[in-house]
Amino acid sequence: MCDQTFLVNVFGSCDKCFKQRALRPVFKKSQQLSYCSTCTEIMATEGLHENETLASLKSEAESLKGKLEEERAKLHDVELHQVAERVEALGQFVMKTRRTLKGHGNKVLCMDWCKDKRRIVSSSQDGKVIVWDSFTTNKEHAVTMPCTWVMACAYAPSGCAIACGGLDNKCSVYPLTFDKNENMAAKKKSVAMHTNYLSACSFTNSDMQILTASGDGTCALWDVESGQLLQSFHGHGADVLCLDLAPSETGNTFVSGGCDKKAMVWDMRSGQCVQAFETHESDINSVRYYPSGDAFASGSDDATCRLYDLRADREVAIYSKESIIFGASSVDFSLSGRLLFAGYNDYTINVWDVLKGSRVSILFGHENRVSTLRVSPDGTAFCSGSWDHTLRVWA
Amino acid sequence: MAAGPAPPPGRPRAQMPHLRKMERVVVSMQDPDQGVKMRSQRLLVTVIPHAVTGSDVVQWLAQKFCVSEEEALHLGTVLVQHGYIYPLRDPRSLMLRPDETPYRFQTPYFWTSTLWPAAELDYAIYLAKKNIRKRGTLVDYEKDCYDRLHKKINHAWDLVLMQAREQLRAAKQRRKGDRLVIACQEQTYWLVNRPPPGAPNVLEQGPGRGSCAASRVLMIEYFRKALGRTRVKSSVCLEAYLSFCGQRGPHDPLVSGCLPSNPWISDNDAYWVMNAPTVAAPTKLRVERWGFSFRELLEDPMGRAHFMDFLGKEFSGENLSFWEACEELRYGTQAQVPTLVDAVYEQFLAPGAARWVNIDSRTMEQTLERLRQPHRYVLDDAQLHIYMLMKKDSYPRFLKSDMYKGLLAEAGIPLETKRRVFPFTWRPRHSSPSPALLPTPVEPTAACGPGGGDGVA
Repeated sequence: MCDQTFLVNVFGSCDKCFKQRALRPVFKKSQQLSYCSTCTEIMATEGLHENETLASLKSEAESLKGKLEEERAKLHDVELHQVAERVEALGQFVMKTRRTLKGHGNKVLCMDWCKDKRRIVSSSQDGKVIVWDSFTTNKEHAVTMPCTWVMACAYAPSGCAIACGGLDNKCSVYPLTFDKNENMAAKKKSVAMHTNYLSACSFTNSDMQILTASGDGTCALWDVESGQLLQSFHGHGADVLCLDLAPSETGNTFVSGGCDKKAMVWDMRSGQCVQAFETHESDINSVRYYPSGDAFASGSDDATCRLYDLRADREVAIYSKESIIFGASSVDFSLSGRLLFAGYNDYTINVWDVLKGSRVSILFGHENRVSTLRVSPDGTAFCSGSWDHTLRVWA
Repeated sequence: MAAGPAPPPGRPRAQMPHLRKMERVVVSMQDPDQGVKMRSQRLLVTVIPHAVTGSDVVQWLAQKFCVSEEEALHLGTVLVQHGYIYPLRDPRSLMLRPDETPYRFQTPYFWTSTLWPAAELDYAIYLAKKNIRKRGTLVDYEKDCYDRLHKKINHAWDLVLMQAREQLRAAKQRRKGDRLVIACQEQTYWLVNRPPPGAPNVLEQGPGRGSCAASRVLMIEYFRKALGRTRVKSSVCLEAYLSFCGQRGPHDPLVSGCLPSNPWISDNDAYWVMNAPTVAAPTKLRVERWGFSFRELLEDPMGRAHFMDFLGKEFSGENLSFWEACEELRYGTQAQVPTLVDAVYEQFLAPGAARWVNIDSRTMEQTLERLRQPHRYVLDDAQLHIYMLMKKDSYPRFLKSDMYKGLLAEAGIPLETKRRVFPFTWRPRHSSPSPALLPTPVEPTAACGPGGGDGVA
């Protein structure tokens, strides 16, 4: 029961009118303030020209959105499944659980692979973060965070550190040490500070930078060594739930998905949103780039997964089935991008043929929601974590 | 029953789309023509109408959604677990048995979307009714809850008991069949909302999600910019997926398998040993991948090393070194930025530098100008210029070179090792040293994987 009460409801003195009210975070020129709802409304009308009101802003936004949809539709000359008709169908898939990792005492919320293709880090509701060699199923390190609901964790590219965070609103980096005399928690570095829960984190190409997404509606890029905020990304109208870095040659963008049903692509250098997609009907729980970097997939509470192409600037495929009723919590592609693995809140994992749009296989095994799913770096297997306290490696 | 509470703030029905979908399914299951076959079920001396059997439910779901029986059973089980269908004979366990076991559809009054969250007061009344009707029908955990509620709402306990007695009295005036059904319905509702210890709580949610106002002004700005953007025709983009998937298919272990074997399936890590970051003899597939794209070549430490050798032969090795130094700057520590920028300038950009890179004059001018105020992205333009130079010029020549062709010819295809048939020869799984144990490599590690137990960089 008490787990339900972690909504950050700040009550206090408004930064503008100083009255005692319920406050919400508001950004003015990258500075964060706390305004009551009246002052927020007033602020929204500031900077308006003579003829503009809130209503006229809303209708202008709507009409522009409509025009944008029209523009996007103009170049849409064929559907993916039509193009994919001449592709050979995939054979029968037999995927089984090859390893079951038991050791968490509560719901597993997040996991990430190490670049060595066999180690993983996983985090759970009770604050425990465990590093496993999943091939042998041995636990190698364990840390207990001071907060519950550790919803994000990531392995550093060098394999020498992990990052994690959750309801503590922070992202902390722990260097991994095998020295028995050293307490891992002692060397902890607090890197990111948000004003609401941390929902996702990822190292960039090195151990020295971390990208975070938070329930406060923003994403941010941090320097690990100093904890300095390098760039922040504003634009989501609600909690940001997931992010993924683009595998592009110039390595400059990432995509994020949030409770506002939008998936947004950001330029890491300027902090600007370069593309946005809003076709889902509910919260977007997971986003993942297609291996070529030209597209990304998203999984949402509306029980569908969708593929968005960045060059065509539109949604190009929907992966859904009438019998799939529960939201998709986590998605990832196989190495070639032909298969899309998605974990759902009805305890199953569905495997989709990305090109043909059909469901190839359904995997049973978990006894509670699948909360996280990642394909291993060399594509030999994928790992799923669930609220049933276990992780499973499938191949 | 006391009136249901108003929907709670934060995450009401709109945030639980799966409930609406389940309700639609359940409603169509009750359709007189297209729905599941209804029959009257005899329970001891009472006859209950509108019952269905577990196997009929599974069959109907399998047919309606064109899925296997296993999946239909799973879907049916989910419906039972959420209390939309309840078992008549053994209402304690919310399971779907695909046999003659009778089930009924829950009345909409008790649907989760109608009556959530369940009120403490109602639960107290329900437990009190059970207690009054037959002493000792309360199960252990129910007794605990009862005692706890008694303490918690002690002030309203008279109301609780009175309501309980009234409801029991009203129930006595109903027909036995109706009484039974209502009891089952109520019991199911409470099993879903107050699950016994050990049973999964299907209504459990993660931490609350909220929303804050999005700036309309920002959105309008974004839309205006987006309207002017160049887009590519769908047909072109989609064809690209086909060729990408087609090219990478044989390299995807989950699609095409991998040789000698998939370590997770065979418990043999030979595949990883053969494909370690630095290995004497790379496999054929790996060398092929270097030809797929320049990025693929650079991301593989071995590929990059061979490319560096090739560039050395052409006296343009400084290009790749410059690119690597720029990557180090971009992804390095903030504190190091000024030092790194200086180092790069001294080595690659200054007039007469030891490893001077050939950038076009305009980019060079702009870069030198910007170097006065160094930041981590200050070399981006120069880096991109050199990257494209390598990609368009050196890389294609590398692929046509004797060096690469030789590597391709030498590279072998591993033999398949079949999985051991005899299960009792248990093969120990080799552990590998953690990357965290290795001494920190001296060279820059930008865009590079760790040693993984095979030699220090």
